[in-house]
Amino acid sequence: MAAKAERSKERVAVAKTYKIYIDGKFPRTESGRYFTLEDPKGNVIANVCRGSRKDFRNATVAARKAQPGWAGASAYLRGQILYRIAEMLEGRREQFIAELKLQGVTQRAAQKEVNASIDRLIYFAGWADKYQQVFSAVNPVASSHFNFSVLEPTGVVSIIAPDDSGLLGLISNVAPTIVGGNTCVVLASESMPLSAVSFAEVLHASDVPAGVVNILTGLRSELTEHFASHMDVNAIVFCDGARKTARTVQELASDNIKHVVARTDIDWNRDSAQHPYLIRDTQEVKTTWHPIGS
Amino acid sequence: MATPENKLAFDGGWEYSPAPESTDHIKVEKKYELFIGGDFVKPESGKYFNTINPATEERLSRVALANDADVDKAVKAARKAYRGPWSRMKPADRGKYIYRIARIIQERAREFAAIESLDGGKPIREARDVDVPLASAHFFYYAGWADKLEYAFPGRKVRPMGVAGQIIPWNFPLLMAAWKVAPALACGNTVVLKPAETTPLTAMKLAEVIADAGLPEGVVNIVTGAGDTGSSIVSHPGVDKIAFTGSTEVGRIIQRALAGSKKKYTLELGGKAANIIFADAAIDEAVEGIVNGIFFNQGHVCCAGSRLFVQESVAEQVIRKLKDRMETLIVGDPLDKNTDIGAINSKAQLETIQSYLDIGKQEGADIYQSACALPDKGYWCRPTLFTGVSQSNRVVQEEIFGPVLAIQTFRTFDEAISKANNTPYGLSGGVWTDKGAKIFRMTQSVRAGVVWANTFNKFDPTSPFGGYKESGIGREGGLHGLDAYLRLEA
Repeated sequence: MAAKAERSKERVAVAKTYKIYIDGKFPRTESGRYFTLEDPKGNVIANVCRGSRKDFRNATVAARKAQPGWAGASAYLRGQILYRIAEMLEGRREQFIAELKLQGVTQRAAQKEVNASIDRLIYFAGWADKYQQVFSAVNPVASSHFNFSVLEPTGVVSIIAPDDSGLLGLISNVAPTIVGGNTCVVLASESMPLSAVSFAEVLHASDVPAGVVNILTGLRSELTEHFASHMDVNAIVFCDGARKTARTVQELASDNIKHVVARTDIDWNRDSAQHPYLIRDTQEVKTTWHPIGS
Repeated sequence: MATPENKLAFDGGWEYSPAPESTDHIKVEKKYELFIGGDFVKPESGKYFNTINPATEERLSRVALANDADVDKAVKAARKAYRGPWSRMKPADRGKYIYRIARIIQERAREFAAIESLDGGKPIREARDVDVPLASAHFFYYAGWADKLEYAFPGRKVRPMGVAGQIIPWNFPLLMAAWKVAPALACGNTVVLKPAETTPLTAMKLAEVIADAGLPEGVVNIVTGAGDTGSSIVSHPGVDKIAFTGSTEVGRIIQRALAGSKKKYTLELGGKAANIIFADAAIDEAVEGIVNGIFFNQGHVCCAGSRLFVQESVAEQVIRKLKDRMETLIVGDPLDKNTDIGAINSKAQLETIQSYLDIGKQEGADIYQSACALPDKGYWCRPTLFTGVSQSNRVVQEEIFGPVLAIQTFRTFDEAISKANNTPYGLSGGVWTDKGAKIFRMTQSVRAGVVWANTFNKFDPTSPFGGYKESGIGREGGLHGLDAYLRLEA
């Protein structure tokens, strides 16, 4: 990792230990396991946490605990916090570009991805106090009742983030989930996990309450089934799963009638990859009745 | 009626003369075939099953049993109709056909109500005043959407799904058919519908209506049968969308069976609704709400208020008034207009309910049943209360689907919410209080898709219905109900 730096005349660089993010803290995986991320030449870039089922369960407990408070925060505040995340990311553009490059992304593509990530956060920050107005309804029932339908967060959402878009793909799925008052546990891209961990640090510095976003790194082949089967998860968003994986996710999700949101074959760089229906995907419609009378 | 407990019968007990709905004007055939491709056709299996009147245990008719081959025929007919006339038709014309269905149901309302009551055991008053008018209203509402869909989903283009497979329960047979068929057609889909095996008759009557309305052949196909027929629809590769209403147990099987397919699905499943009475509620109104919540349609209601939470300071009063009110409920002939609680839908369901009564007692709960007389023949259950139960009791946690209420008390708002939400279900809930602020906080805190404040068990075509958590996926009714039958595109 630091070998090159030692040979140069530059100062000895301090390499970063990549951790996971659970309940507003940065532990290593409880399992003590790791997988190595290598650059194209085979040099080890990082020993990434190979998160475990237990990590996921801990993260889910944190997400559940944080959910009512986050949902209860005003839409205005949620919007401000998402905006704050964008501000923090803007200030760290260079770090994120460098990190993407380290994971094999070209300078130009990295720049584009970081810019798009910041803009996407702003996009969803703006929706915080608007999607409700677009998707709610006052229903003209025939009886003498006042009746209205609003969106409410479905609860705790597990997210298998896109593998091919380490930062933008993650943000494009986390932002619409949390802007609607859900909390989430995310499995970062397996081939490009570093941006996710650094993004957790951005979240941490942005007044996002502990437990609202939890980010794990690890192997999809190992963790996907737990993301799909956990009985205290209300919805699973899974990106770019093979057909066989999609089937397994659906099957396991049925244990507690989880919502399954499949987002495959989406180019997250495009503007069409951002719209409020992504927020709606992890919302419930609640209808309230009250008599009208004296 | 004149029991000592009957305090609400002010003169010491009314005797009601029978007031039966006449059935001489209705037509029930001896045998019903499958409705496929616009014709009534014999089942490939050659088999028929009985549908009986649960109030008399007598056979009403014999109904065709659809097997895989029949379902395949129905799906093919639906596909042909979809490719052919239906998806190409001017949306406004599609709407006109649906309006026709609404109108014909209105014209034949009396007949539909009587058959619904005969086949399913529900009181004629409910069939007449709730099921049938709402079914017609549902077609009327969605008919109007047919040429306005582009306004429902801002920023999206909408396309029909194709062939919708729809499986409905026995508690509101015609109404559930309307909930499924009306939005599907309005959105440009064609349909294969399977009614429940104990209540197929009004669906077959609906087939007549659809034929009379002149819908192109194959737009709606109705196949009768039990679980195997349903699973044949679910697994048929020619079906693009599944809509199911029924138990969470079956919903889970369906969700699992659909894994790996591209089929879109909506599931409207079980419930165990909390009905929460605060001390500052209008108590007499609340008692009516409790009765309506759990005894409406014999408690065969997925959104029934089957868990009652009463604030401690008024618990004694509420339970006393509830028991008094229960003594006035008339259980008996569903066709009698005096009847409040009709027949339990089937022998199997009665056995399920009875097993829960035993479980409740074994778990140490106190049981109370009204003292009403029951007919000799048929399937009946007295209105029942359980008190002295805790959160872990099975009669508190599991859906019974009968006139059985589990009562608990609470002291604080937070306690009520935490108990109310302590369930895997999340279909509906009720709250009774005179304080506006409390209503808003309460209705926001109950994790359920429909919340009734100072009312219960109200339905309307414009009002979305469906559950949180294990009560299901998706909504039916209202603008939100369109979503289930459309593909949204950028």
